Amino acid sequence: MEEIINWTFQVVVVFLLLAGGIFSLIAGVGIFRMPDLFTRMQAAAKTGTLGVGMLLIALVVQFWEVGIFIRAALVILFLFLTAPIAAHLIARAGYISGERLWRKSVCDEMKGQYDQVTHALSSGKWKQDDP
Amino acid sequence: MFTLAFEIVPIASLITLNMLAVAMLIAMVRLLRGPSLADRVVALDLIAALAVGVITVYSIYTNQTMLLRAGIVVALVVFVGTVAFAMYLEKRAKP
Repeated sequence: MEEIINWTFQVVVVFLLLAGGIFSLIAGVGIFRMPDLFTRMQAAAKTGTLGVGMLLIALVVQFWEVGIFIRAALVILFLFLTAPIAAHLIARAGYISGERLWRKSVCDEMKGQYDQVTHALSSGKWKQDDP
Repeated sequence: MFTLAFEIVPIASLITLNMLAVAMLIAMVRLLRGPSLADRVVALDLIAALAVGVITVYSIYTNQTMLLRAGIVVALVVFVGTVAFAMYLEKRAKP
């Protein structure tokens, strides 16, 4: 019985390790191959965070202790809290500093709401008479 | 019946370490080549996240849990660095 449990844990660890490695590899390829800043950021922020999170869960399953669990949970919490904030800030800074979208991009929601000369942001989507 | 002829976790962690190294090299190419400064910041952010992954897998490979504290520190410091980079980028765009 104990052997079966041990074997199952090992298989779970191996699966999580390989899945995390593949996701990290996809993040690297995405940041190299994507055409403009915003699509590159998609690859880096989402896929990279998921890959590293899977690696940390593999660590928890491998050691199976409370202290390790707390530390790994801290790292996962930091990563999942800070990656979207960092991506948002870089996207905003890139857009403000005049980064071009890919020519095949279909949607630019900031278009017309941001003035490149006066640097004024407005929310023109919501008119005054809108409820 | 269920005993394995060899340990599978060290082999899988070695394969994963190789994958992470390849991903880091590709991100390094983007860091060196990136057309704009924002691209370089994104690549640096990804390299730091992959560094946390490398620390994790290496601590599985060597059975050494002490390394995880370095991962916590890297994850924290890099976020502050990225936010500072973004702030200076924005400041440079609108003086």
